[in-house]
Amino acid sequence: MKYLCLVYNEEKKLDAMSESEWDALVAEALAYDEELRKKGRFIIAHVLQPTQTATTVRVRNGKLSTTDGPFAETKEQLGGFILIDARDLNEAVHVASKMPGARLGSIEVRPIRELEQKEPRAFR
Amino acid sequence: MSGDTAERARGVVEAVYRSDSRRVLATLIRLLGDFNVAEEALHDAFTAAVEQWPRDGVPTNPRAWLVSTGRFKAIDAMRRRARFDASLGALAEQLDAGPSAGAEWLDEGVEDDRLRLIFTCCHPALPPEAQVALTLREVCGLTTEEIARAFLTAPPTVAQRIVRAKAKIRDARIPYEVPSRADLPDRLDSVLRVVYLVFNEGYSASSGASVTRHDLSGEAIRLGRLLIELLLEPEAVGLLALMLLQESRRAARTSPEGELVLLDDQDRSLWNREQIAEGSALVERALSSRRFGPYTLQAAIAAVHAGARHAAATDWAQIVGLYDVLARADPSPVVELNRAVAVAMRDGPSAGLVLIDALLGRGDLRDYHLAHSARADLCRRLGRTAEARAAYKRALGLTRQEPERRFLERRLGELPD
Repeated sequence: MKYLCLVYNEEKKLDAMSESEWDALVAEALAYDEELRKKGRFIIAHVLQPTQTATTVRVRNGKLSTTDGPFAETKEQLGGFILIDARDLNEAVHVASKMPGARLGSIEVRPIRELEQKEPRAFR
Repeated sequence: MSGDTAERARGVVEAVYRSDSRRVLATLIRLLGDFNVAEEALHDAFTAAVEQWPRDGVPTNPRAWLVSTGRFKAIDAMRRRARFDASLGALAEQLDAGPSAGAEWLDEGVEDDRLRLIFTCCHPALPPEAQVALTLREVCGLTTEEIARAFLTAPPTVAQRIVRAKAKIRDARIPYEVPSRADLPDRLDSVLRVVYLVFNEGYSASSGASVTRHDLSGEAIRLGRLLIELLLEPEAVGLLALMLLQESRRAARTSPEGELVLLDDQDRSLWNREQIAEGSALVERALSSRRFGPYTLQAAIAAVHAGARHAAATDWAQIVGLYDVLARADPSPVVELNRAVAVAMRDGPSAGLVLIDALLGRGDLRDYHLAHSARADLCRRLGRTAEARAAYKRALGLTRQEPERRFLERRLGELPD
């Protein structure tokens, strides 16, 4: 089953990092991606540009509205995501717990809902 | 078959329902992979037993019969519904090919099913109140209405918590398994927290007219027993000990008029000696493992109280020592407050008051009624009547429990002018 791991952290904290700290973090994240890829767990991952680059789009009564910034202002911001393949939630949590983002901020683990075809309901 | 035998068979169905329905459910969830499907299967299996056992006789192994009947009926129902939903057909075939009506679920694996059920209901990915409701519903077999009444909640609220929790188990795929060794400590914490929460809700209802709601405490103790039967972990032993030792004082905790009686003033001849003996033995067992934690330490403190023939004979030095260890193992302002009260008993009220004032000064317990009533009590013993009065009033304003309110009012009335 697929789980999307949404990586949240405080942009201010990341901005305050020194270049060498940032480089170490990137290296660690890439190495972990590679480890997951070798185990067949990795599907895709991306880091996002900071929230100041975000644009929120809505269409109401056919009218487009475009506003600056993310949908919700929160203490921690969405900074990236990793889509993984895991047997069940326990395994997904285990995978997420070793992401550097879990240490710096928090990771929301969300199961992917398949719309085209119904999944067998059995867990095991 | 004679009417007598049929009558007896019906009695057996009822008895098996009481003793084994949760075990059967736990195994059906594993075999069928879904809580709701398994519950329906359980219901169908017992309906079939009511029809068939009086007619055909009670099977040699009733539990095995119930599991295979329930499993068969669930798969059959899926096949019939497959006409409307093709995915159910595939699922039915998959289940039919899976672990089957053979004898494999009759070995020790069946006890694992009950552990699987407990760990799944108490999974930390579920909200705490849902963990409690789901455990009482699925593991203890309480109805939604019973759970709602015990927690003074509306039945639809409880029902919704259970529905949402089951949906999360299914959609997020929370596995039906006993956690690995590495995950066990964390996951066990979550289970023990649920059990103790149920116990406390029964022992000192957080609000409402009665101090105790006996049924819930009894249910928690049964859960505690089940847990150590299935999984011999020192902290689970410690928790059962703690619950038994607290429960042993139930009859002495309230007066016949329903008034709260403090530990010091309790009639110790009313304490349940059997529960004390069992609880104290369990404390020893948990302590000797050297892998104990906060529950065992609290149980050890309760055991020291239980060992004193009268309040004045309490070994306060030992209690303070145990609180010192507890404060290191599981630091919290409430533990510090209890330690301060024990220090007051060992060294006199002014020594305790210094500690309580420091705690209140930090602001941690400013809104905790027991901190203010403890302060009031020490001031009273020191003859600082005005301060005692103010602190009792503060405690009164914070308590939500009727007997506690009456107790504080009584104390307030007893103060000299």
